Amino acid sequence: MPEILDQARKQVLENGVGLDEAGVLAVLNLPDEHLPAALQLAHEVRMRWCGPEVEVEGIVSLKTGGCPEDCHFCSQSGLFTSPVRSVLLDIPSLVKAAKQTAATGATEFCIVAAVRGPDARLMKQLREGVAAIRAEVDIQIAASLGMLSQEQVDELVDMGVHRYNHNLETCRSYFPNVVTTHSWEERWETLRMVRESGMEVCCGGILGLGETVEQRAEFAAQLASLDPHEVPLNFLNPRPGTPLGDRPVVEGKDALRAIAAFRLAMPRTILRYAGGRELTLGDLGTREGLLGGINAVIVGNYLTTLGRPATDDLALLDDLKMPVKALSATL
Amino acid sequence: MTTTRVWCDRCGEPADAGGHPACRAARELEPPRFCAHCRRRMKVQVLPVGWAAACVEHGELRG
Ligand code: SF4
Ligand SMILES: [Zn+2]
Ligand SMILES: [Zn+2]
Repeated sequence: MPEILDQARKQVLENGVGLDEAGVLAVLNLPDEHLPAALQLAHEVRMRWCGPEVEVEGIVSLKTGGCPEDCHFCSQSGLFTSPVRSVLLDIPSLVKAAKQTAATGATEFCIVAAVRGPDARLMKQLREGVAAIRAEVDIQIAASLGMLSQEQVDELVDMGVHRYNHNLETCRSYFPNVVTTHSWEERWETLRMVRESGMEVCCGGILGLGETVEQRAEFAAQLASLDPHEVPLNFLNPRPGTPLGDRPVVEGKDALRAIAAFRLAMPRTILRYAGGRELTLGDLGTREGLLGGINAVIVGNYLTTLGRPATDDLALLDDLKMPVKALSATL
Repeated sequence: MTTTRVWCDRCGEPADAGGHPACRAARELEPPRFCAHCRRRMKVQVLPVGWAAACVEHGELRG
């Protein structure tokens, strides 16, 4: 057994203290033959500190495309020659999407907009949308609208948005290679305000942007210091027309190593499978991740790409004897 | 109105005899982006279940 896994067994599994950056790096550098042991330990940590439930979420794009920012992985930036066009979702369709999501057994519905930050019109649309969903659908509502002002944070709390997603995307040292129109620190500032407001903080990122293994470890440590309620883990799905459109996808084993390492850095967080898992891990890898530290999934489609059918994921959870977290358990 | 599919609905290039195997594979996990009849970029809304893509000239597709 590699020393780092012995250390993690005592420190993380028994005492609930996450690995630091050096520890995460050691896990990310484990040779293939020790990957099963790392995943097994990460799974034990998840079971011990989070329990067997899996949180299921659906997401929908309220405003697609035409974003003024230049995140190099994103097909929704208006600055690249991506084929994604701007489109707005109307409120009846938003409510229908929430109903479809709730029908899968999901307890979370995240409303996302491709913007630097929301303007008054978007906030009004969101307020109406959230009210319409709450009138008809029993589901918790999260939002992801970019960078916020303090007033907007307060407004979201007032609307009843219970969790806010704002991804740091990658570590601080690599961020300027991925985004030039705003800074990592600006994102951090929004996260700070969200945390202070009492909303749950959801913050993750994308692996495979060209960061080094050391930078992946740096990212895990920075996320751990934020201590988010939820960490969505995406794997780059290279989008045509974007600066990262020709990058290779993350290798399945590296993705699994990252899942185990992020879990060992953050024993209590909700670690969610987000975009790119179909491409990077396929069906087998998806299963291995759920047995290696993941305890939440996005079901159904993503914002501009499609996922596998929710029924496939639910059947997998059933097969793994992992109960879907119920609404009553989350309130 | 033409009904032949002249353009690849993923990359917007001419739909040749080869049939764009990479585009076809990618389309399993992506909605169409270009109208196959006129090559216009469509307005595409992805929903948790399904998607809708609209061309101003050729109307709406759902999947
Ligand atoms: S801010 Fe969000 S929507 Fe805009 S380019 Fe960046 S990732 Fe895409
Ligand atoms: Zn093509
Ligand atoms: Zn057309």
